[in-house]
Amino acid sequence: MEYFNYNLNHLRELEAESIFVIREVAAQFQNPVLLFSGGKDSILVTHLAMKAFYPARIPFPLLHIDTGHNFPETLEYRDRLMERIGARLIVGSVQEAIDKGLVVEEKGFNASRNFLQTAVLLESIEQGKFDAALGGARRDEEKARAKERFFSHRDEFGQWDPKNQRPELWNLFNGKKSIGEHFRVFPISNWTELDVWQYLAMEGVDLPSLYFAHEREVFERDGMLLAVTDVIQRKPNEVTERRIVRFRTIGDMTCTGAVASTASTLDEIIEEVAASRITERGGRADDRRSETAMEDRKKQGYF
Amino acid sequence: MDYKQSELLRFTTAGSVDDGKSTLIGRLLYDSKAIFEDQLEAVRVTSERRGETEVNLALLTDGLKAEREQGITIDVAYRYFATPRRKFIIADTPGHIQYTRNMVTGASTANVALVLVDARKGIVEQTRRHAFIASLLQIPHLVVCINKMDLVDYQESVYEEIKQEFEKFTYKLDVKDVHFIPISALRGDNIVDKSTQMPWYGGSTLLYYLENVHIGSDQNFIDARFPVQYVIRPNTDEFHDFRGYAGRVAGGVLKKGDTVTLLPSGFTTRIAGIHTFDGELAEAYPPLSVTLTLEDEFDLSRGDMIVREHNQPTVSQDIEVMVCWFSERPLQAQQKYTLFHTSSEARCVIKEVRYKLDINTLHRNQEDTVIQMNDIARLLIRTTKPLFFDSYRRNRNTGSIILVDEATNVTVGAGMII
Repeated sequence: MEYFNYNLNHLRELEAESIFVIREVAAQFQNPVLLFSGGKDSILVTHLAMKAFYPARIPFPLLHIDTGHNFPETLEYRDRLMERIGARLIVGSVQEAIDKGLVVEEKGFNASRNFLQTAVLLESIEQGKFDAALGGARRDEEKARAKERFFSHRDEFGQWDPKNQRPELWNLFNGKKSIGEHFRVFPISNWTELDVWQYLAMEGVDLPSLYFAHEREVFERDGMLLAVTDVIQRKPNEVTERRIVRFRTIGDMTCTGAVASTASTLDEIIEEVAASRITERGGRADDRRSETAMEDRKKQGYF
Repeated sequence: MDYKQSELLRFTTAGSVDDGKSTLIGRLLYDSKAIFEDQLEAVRVTSERRGETEVNLALLTDGLKAEREQGITIDVAYRYFATPRRKFIIADTPGHIQYTRNMVTGASTANVALVLVDARKGIVEQTRRHAFIASLLQIPHLVVCINKMDLVDYQESVYEEIKQEFEKFTYKLDVKDVHFIPISALRGDNIVDKSTQMPWYGGSTLLYYLENVHIGSDQNFIDARFPVQYVIRPNTDEFHDFRGYAGRVAGGVLKKGDTVTLLPSGFTTRIAGIHTFDGELAEAYPPLSVTLTLEDEFDLSRGDMIVREHNQPTVSQDIEVMVCWFSERPLQAQQKYTLFHTSSEARCVIKEVRYKLDINTLHRNQEDTVIQMNDIARLLIRTTKPLFFDSYRRNRNTGSIILVDEATNVTVGAGMII
């Protein structure tokens, strides 16, 4: 029994820290919300939130920004999870925002709705009067995130000012704010990709099938394998083929690349991640637009 | 080794590019395979664009655009790597005096502090500052890495001289466990592999030290302290009368059936259960997050504390603290702030500035009591309601506070209760 040894393993220690942060959000804010994307990181945050408030339910709703370009597997998984944990789900629709003319859709071969998410997210936060939005971002994902705080202050326009972040010491989190401002909170800041997989395996958490090896019609673009769907325009020279692939991250169908892999269990995924020499975001077209793509998007209010 | 046996160690590094700090971190990350090909490729492209001939590993640790443009680090950055034995979190902080506040932030959660010394320059002001901050923040273990040994022909005498000088200076500090390792971050001597250039050094490599240093006693397992963070009341049929106190154990070991005292009321009861999603536990200890139920019905709320009957913290509205000031607006006596301590929040007033400490000479200046950004000072603070605290030296969790400006809501100071 691991609990009877006063040394916790690193996963239990990370778990204890994340649960503390999630409870701190429920205690310090009036109206928090959990940003749910259907990816493994937000699944992890949801799982930790469930543990944090047991035997009560998660005392705040989950918010999913639906770009309309989600994999069907993601949506199916989302609905199943909400049913199981009895959480309230709010959906912010990018399609609706396009139809209303609030945002304009990108055109061309690399068109992605990823960038439109930010506007819809900020609108959803404003509409719901949410004062804290919990997200699954990790500091090891990208260098602009290495300096992110657990409690990340956003001004009344939802913007992040990297030079004006509050120092965070010990376990003392300052969630004080003026009216109209809100916080983004990242309870799994200190987890790495490998930690996430190891923990999900240790806990036996149910995950979307996309993460496991399956056969799929794909084509290659810029060294990435993209799924063949009707939301991506193919160039004439891009040929499709059926391959055994899986996804390391789950975003929109338009910008999430698959990797050739036969890993079909969590243990095989852990082995593959441990041996991998490419970061998981290496398969994300949205980060590849420029070297500071992530920092620029964060300043505008991205997750 | 199984990852389920792997422990977590947090360490802090302080220093400038000149010390070879970035190179050292780059090497630890690289040799432990925490750097990926696409990250290395991005850095290679940037190095090339800046006209540098070699891949500049320091760029791996420069996060923000503003920092890359200026070629400096302005904030605490967190880095991660793991070996089969341990997972490591590095709080990488700039070392210049104007970044004292960043060093303090990085040091607040660290088990180990790495202090870098350039073998050619020996102990300099910055070394003293880092060692002082490590002692002020009570980092349990200190490692002095004497770097650039390759540039002094790997001479034992250089290492010995620096070691002695450092020891002479630290007798005034409160550091319990100091280790010295001669290294060359650039050449990889004594980082991961034992150096063949320094046969006179019989100690361990840096990575071996980090993987094996005893951290099991870094937490306080003696004084049971449980600050109530959040009250859980499911109001469901199954858990109709459940009233649980959620929190993170801040000290000691709490067992089911223990007689406990509730603060501030002073009532005594017993722990009925220690609950988690994975079932009940027989005992809880730091840093676990659990939910306690009590045998009798009381109305506890956030900010209250559950402690052992015969081992109670100090209860007072007056606290003496060493504070590090973070704000451009100076601190002065009679100013009011919001104070955060464990899960409790109170208003407070600075009754008196006892002295300002020169962190290079350790001189106590009682005349100059205007505390500027990055200054360290001893204060007497009075709070609007009693705090339940231990000295910081006894327990980092129940001995630390932050001060928040009431007008801007910004965290302006961090304090350690004496």
